[in-house]
Amino acid sequence: MNFELIYNNFFIILSGLDETLKLVVISLSLGFIIAIPFALARASSFKILSQSVYYYVFVIRGTPLLVQIYLIYYGLGTILFVRESFLWIVLKDPFFCGVLALVINTVAYTAEIFRGGIQSVTKGQIESCKSLGMSRFIMYFKIILPCAFRQALPGYGNEMILMVKSTSLISLITIMEMTGLARNIMYKNYAPVEAFLAAGSIYLFLNFLIVQFIKFLEWKYNPHLRIKT
Amino acid sequence: MLRFDLLIFGDTGWGDELLISSIMTILVSLSAMGLGIFVAIFTTWAKISGNFILKIFANFYTTVIRGIPELLVIYLIFFGGSASIMYVAKIFGYNGYIELNAFTMGTISVGLISAAYSTEVFRGAYSIVNKGQAEAAHSLGLSKFHTFIKVLAPQILKHALPGLGNVWQITLKDTALISVTGLVEIMRQSRIASNVSHSPLTFCLSAALLYLILTTFSSKIFNKLEDYSNRNDIVA
Amino acid sequence: MKKFILTLLAISLFSLATIANAKTIRIGTEGAYPPWNNLNTAGQLEGAEIDFGNEACLRMGVECEWVTQDWDGIIPALLNGKYDIIIAGMSITEERKEKVNFTNGYMTDGARFAVLKGSGLEDMTIAGMDKVNLNDAGGKEQAAIGQLNAAMKDKTVCVQSATIHQNYLEKHMAGVVEVKLYQSVDDTNLDLLAGRCDAILADVGSTIDYMSTDVGANVAFTGPTFSGGVFGDGVGGAVKKEDTEILEMWNAAIAEMLADGSLSEITKQWFGRDISM
Repeated sequence: MNFELIYNNFFIILSGLDETLKLVVISLSLGFIIAIPFALARASSFKILSQSVYYYVFVIRGTPLLVQIYLIYYGLGTILFVRESFLWIVLKDPFFCGVLALVINTVAYTAEIFRGGIQSVTKGQIESCKSLGMSRFIMYFKIILPCAFRQALPGYGNEMILMVKSTSLISLITIMEMTGLARNIMYKNYAPVEAFLAAGSIYLFLNFLIVQFIKFLEWKYNPHLRIKT
Repeated sequence: MLRFDLLIFGDTGWGDELLISSIMTILVSLSAMGLGIFVAIFTTWAKISGNFILKIFANFYTTVIRGIPELLVIYLIFFGGSASIMYVAKIFGYNGYIELNAFTMGTISVGLISAAYSTEVFRGAYSIVNKGQAEAAHSLGLSKFHTFIKVLAPQILKHALPGLGNVWQITLKDTALISVTGLVEIMRQSRIASNVSHSPLTFCLSAALLYLILTTFSSKIFNKLEDYSNRNDIVA
Repeated sequence: MKKFILTLLAISLFSLATIANAKTIRIGTEGAYPPWNNLNTAGQLEGAEIDFGNEACLRMGVECEWVTQDWDGIIPALLNGKYDIIIAGMSITEERKEKVNFTNGYMTDGARFAVLKGSGLEDMTIAGMDKVNLNDAGGKEQAAIGQLNAAMKDKTVCVQSATIHQNYLEKHMAGVVEVKLYQSVDDTNLDLLAGRCDAILADVGSTIDYMSTDVGANVAFTGPTFSGGVFGDGVGGAVKKEDTEILEMWNAAIAEMLADGSLSEITKQWFGRDISM
């Protein structure tokens, strides 16, 4: 166990942190926004909407992320129609392919988490909204969604951690984020354990930060659960 | 583009190799899940036992495994595992080569990941079971061991089933990452086939379909198991 | 419940430690590098090195067992004892010699850039040189490299990771081109076709094999054929430093096969030309 190697590797791998963070932030933000209409569709009473989102989630959750990434990057790249269309602007770049795969994946999971949150809003609250004459739009915006988000915080925190871990798979489509750099070090030094320990500790730290952030959000948005002195 | 002729069985197509690799995926997932549950029993015990040191170890284990990308865990165990086992064996005086084949390495890597998730499931299930039952069993004179085996464990298992179903799906999908060990499961076989035939679309779709079939059947089986274990519940 | 757990544990452990048989030599190879070593649709390994390895084992009087391993981890797995020797188109380089010992070279092939026809980069002649040997590189070779760099400035070049080709790009073309790394050679071919790569750098044999497929018909060579220097000196088998006995056995077999011409026959069959050393 060469500790000096781990120390040196640390800084090399740290230079990939910006790629990892770019992937995480962009995919999570897009995923969050897109998941809201999906969750509403899933929770709605229109069978068609609810069923289509159900099947979408079913397929995405039933296949490994790695297969989805390869399918989008290599699979779509062999279709001439795709290569000659305007889609190619996005799909040519491995970074955007990675973001696309991550967003598709996270929307499926997040939509389910939000659906759970939406459906947990008690009937009483909805009835009081209606009795106050609120339009559906205001009811969703002011009451249901905020409640749903608060309920979904622990589950969504988990999803954020999963996203950070999923970015390591993007290294398999030529993006040099932390795992890719760690593998590169392994090729040069034939010291895989040192390289991956260094990378692993950075990921661990990132996830620690996320856990603390979620704990803070839970504390902030649950004032009614704080102990009253 | 989509080459269906490559999927036929026999010597000119990859159909039979894909089928064999699906069986390999199922086998390694079963082994990993089994190993995971086995290890999880001990780590759950460590967490709920109240022994401070055990609890620290168990928490460290689950935090690290769930906080590091699965790919890194598998790499670490694959590259570090054989070296450490041989190091340990050298201490005991055995100087030959211990070959850990790809199946074992795959099982251990995915199994340890599976164990971390199963631990959390068991811990949650344990907290649902009414403590009063343990006290009642104790007052009836049942030993701690028998209380666990006859009273607590069946109920913990029942409440853990949904969570375990989730862990099984995660385990099944994580086996796609062990291609670095050289084990030929669905992902590796489809990559090999796609490399040879220069047709990634065909084989990525086949791989996705195979995984989807496996997860669909698994969820059906788990649903049946849940229904069976909930058969005596009083419906409100 | 107990029986269930015990059965599962038994399943997990049934294939645990198997002690390597001294009479069998396990050969590690990639299996994704035609025509050197490749897996065919029947699921079997085939290729020039497979034939070479089997023939050598016959002459050494031992059983040979082939193990496939992704190129990523091929040397670490050797060092971990997963197999005894690597026969996978691995070039003999000083860098690798620090970790493993090599047999004498048994085949040698140059490296060359390949591009898509019609990209404007094909069939470049650089400094009037067909072959560039980087051993004892003098002014002529440096000029060739410089000219190539100028022609390829700001292009994207794709290579397989952990190869001499990656080393060449990092040593001689750093900052000039954008380097992308892939898990296998076929991935670079796919992305060349898709237009994500302007050029790929791989060995001549493997690119010719790709060009003979119907999807690869649009690929053309460009620039000189490189050898020597950072590209190493031929392809050899890699063994652990302490396995001197295995090394000697293989060197004897290689010398024998070179002397009686069987090695050149094998390479002619798979590569269409004689690339034995």
